[in-house]
Amino acid sequence: MITARGLVQTFHTGRGKNAREVRAVDGVDLDVAEGEVVGFLGPNGAGKTTTLRMLTTLLRPTAGTATVAGYDVVAESVQVRRSIGYVSQVGSTFSGAYAGDEVVDHGMLYGMARVEAVRRGQELFEQLQLDGLWKRMPKNMSGGQKRRLDVVMGLIHDPSLVFLDEPTTGLDPQARANLWDHIEGLRSRLGATVFLTTHYLDEADALADRILIIDQGTIVASDTADNLKAQVSGDLVVLEVSADQVTRAAERLGSIADGVETDGRRVSGRVQRAGRAVPGLLRDLESAGVELDSIEVLRPTLDDVFLTLTGRSLRDAESTPTTEEVSA
Amino acid sequence: MTFVRESNVVFRRQIRMNLRNPAWVLIGIMQPVLYLVLFGPLLKPLVSSFDTGSDNAYTFLVPGLLVQLGMFGAFFAGFGLIGEWREGVIEAERVTPASRSALLVGRLMRDVIQLLVQALILVALGYAMGMRGDAAGIALGIVITLVVGGACAAASNALALTTKSEDVMAPIINIVMMPILLLSGILLPMTLGPEWLQSLSDFMPFKWIVDAVRDSFAGSFGTSSVLWGTVWAVVLAALGTWWGTATFRKENA
Repeated sequence: MITARGLVQTFHTGRGKNAREVRAVDGVDLDVAEGEVVGFLGPNGAGKTTTLRMLTTLLRPTAGTATVAGYDVVAESVQVRRSIGYVSQVGSTFSGAYAGDEVVDHGMLYGMARVEAVRRGQELFEQLQLDGLWKRMPKNMSGGQKRRLDVVMGLIHDPSLVFLDEPTTGLDPQARANLWDHIEGLRSRLGATVFLTTHYLDEADALADRILIIDQGTIVASDTADNLKAQVSGDLVVLEVSADQVTRAAERLGSIADGVETDGRRVSGRVQRAGRAVPGLLRDLESAGVELDSIEVLRPTLDDVFLTLTGRSLRDAESTPTTEEVSA
Repeated sequence: MTFVRESNVVFRRQIRMNLRNPAWVLIGIMQPVLYLVLFGPLLKPLVSSFDTGSDNAYTFLVPGLLVQLGMFGAFFAGFGLIGEWREGVIEAERVTPASRSALLVGRLMRDVIQLLVQALILVALGYAMGMRGDAAGIALGIVITLVVGGACAAASNALALTTKSEDVMAPIINIVMMPILLLSGILLPMTLGPEWLQSLSDFMPFKWIVDAVRDSFAGSFGTSSVLWGTVWAVVLAALGTWWGTATFRKENA
C-alpha cells in the first residue's frame, strides 16, 4: 500500500551567515502492506510529520521516491489524493461553520454528489458517535468530538488508506480510549489500511500491528511491538524492602539480574524471563532473611525499546533539539 | 468542468460563512459611506476649481471611492484565510484532488460578489446624494472595479498564505496602501499637484484605474485614461491570480 525509498526532505533555515540546511527526513525506506495498521513512532522533531506530509502529497520530497496506494506521490499526486484519507493534527474544519456542512463540502471536493456526501456523512456521524451534532459548530464541540469530526472528514470518500497524524494528542484519557476504539474499527469495519503517527508508546502498542521507529530523520526499527520488546534484555523486576535490607536485597537480585540499581528502598534490575526466575528469587530472598514489602515485574515498554535502540529515552530525545519539525 | 464545479463548492462554502458573520461586509461598506457623508461636503466648494469637467462633488468622489473600496476591501480578504489556515482547513482542502486554482478562484468569486454588492450600495447612495453619470459608463466603471478588486483579493490571499500571520500582514498592507491612496487621486485630482507629483503619480497603475472609472462614469469611453486603466486592471488581475495560484499550489503552504 505504501512503498518509500530513500525519502529525503531538507529545509533551509536562518539567513546570511546563519543559513544552514536541515535534513528533517534523511533517507527513509518503508513498506506498508494492505490491511496493516502501522504505528509511526518517534520523539517530536524526529521527522514523523514531515514524512507523513510527503506521503500525502502535501510536501514534495527533496529526494527519493514513494508509491502510495499504487501511485507515485509526485507524478500521480491527484490519484494518490483520491485514494487516501488524511486526519491532520491541526484539525480540518472551520470553527464557525456547521460540522455537517464542512463534511459535505469536503466530500464534494472529492467529486461526490451532494446527496451522496450527505448520506455518507450522516452514516459516519453515527458510526463515530456524533449523531445530533450535524448542525453544531466545531467551536462548541469537545476536544474528542472535534477529533472524531476530523476523522469523519478524512473518511468521507471511503479511502482505502488512512493517515492519522497524532490522533489523540491533547485528548483526555476517556476520549482517547474512545478514539482508539474507532481507529481499530477503521480496519475491522472498513477494511482500511492505517498509518498513524504518535509519540505515545502505549498508543502504538495498543493499535499497531507493526511499529516503525524514526529518530533524527531515519528509520531505526520496524517490527511488531512484541519483537521490539524482545530486543530489550529482560523484564524489569522492582523490589521494595525496608531500608536496612537494601544492600542484601540488591546482592540477591544481582545474582540473576543485570544492571541492578537502588533508589531509596527500591531495588531494581533486568531479569531474563522474569516469570520463571521470580519463584527462585523469592526463595533466595527468604533464606537470606530479606522481607519484601512488594515485588513488581514490568514487561519492557516501547520506551525501553527506544532507549535500547538510540541510547536515549523518548523524553530525553524530545528535549534535545535535533532537527526541527515542520508540522505546520 | 470539474474546475467550475470545485470552484463552486469553495465559493458556496465561503458565502455561507460570510452570511453567518456579515460584520466584515458591513465594516467594508462603512468606510466609503463615511467618506461620502463626511468628506463629500468638504469637496463641494472646491470641486469647481478641479479641471475634471464636473462641478458636482459626488460625481467626482464616487468613482474614486469605488476603486478605493475595491482595493481596501479586497486587500483585507486574506485575513480570513489565515484563520482558515490555522484551523487546518487549507491543508484539508489541499489533500483533496480538487484543483489548487479552484481553491483560490472559489474564494475570489466570494470577494468579487461581495464587492459588487458594496459597489451597488455605494453608487445608489452617491446617486441619492446628487451624483450624475452615464448608465453604461457606471456599469463599465463597476466592471473595472471588480477586475481590480479581484486582483487585489488574489494578492491578499497570496500574501496571507505566505506570511501566515495577521501581525505581519497588517503592516505590509498599510505600507502598500498609503502610497496607493496618496498617489492615485482618489480624494483629490492629481492635477492639483505640482508637476513632479503628477509625474510620480503617472507610475501608479491605480491612478490610471481611478481616472478610467471617472471618465467611464462621465460617459467618455475613448480617452487614453480608460484604455490604460483597463489595461492596468487586466494586467493586475493576471498577476494577482498567478501569484495566488502559485501560493496555493506551493508545497508546505
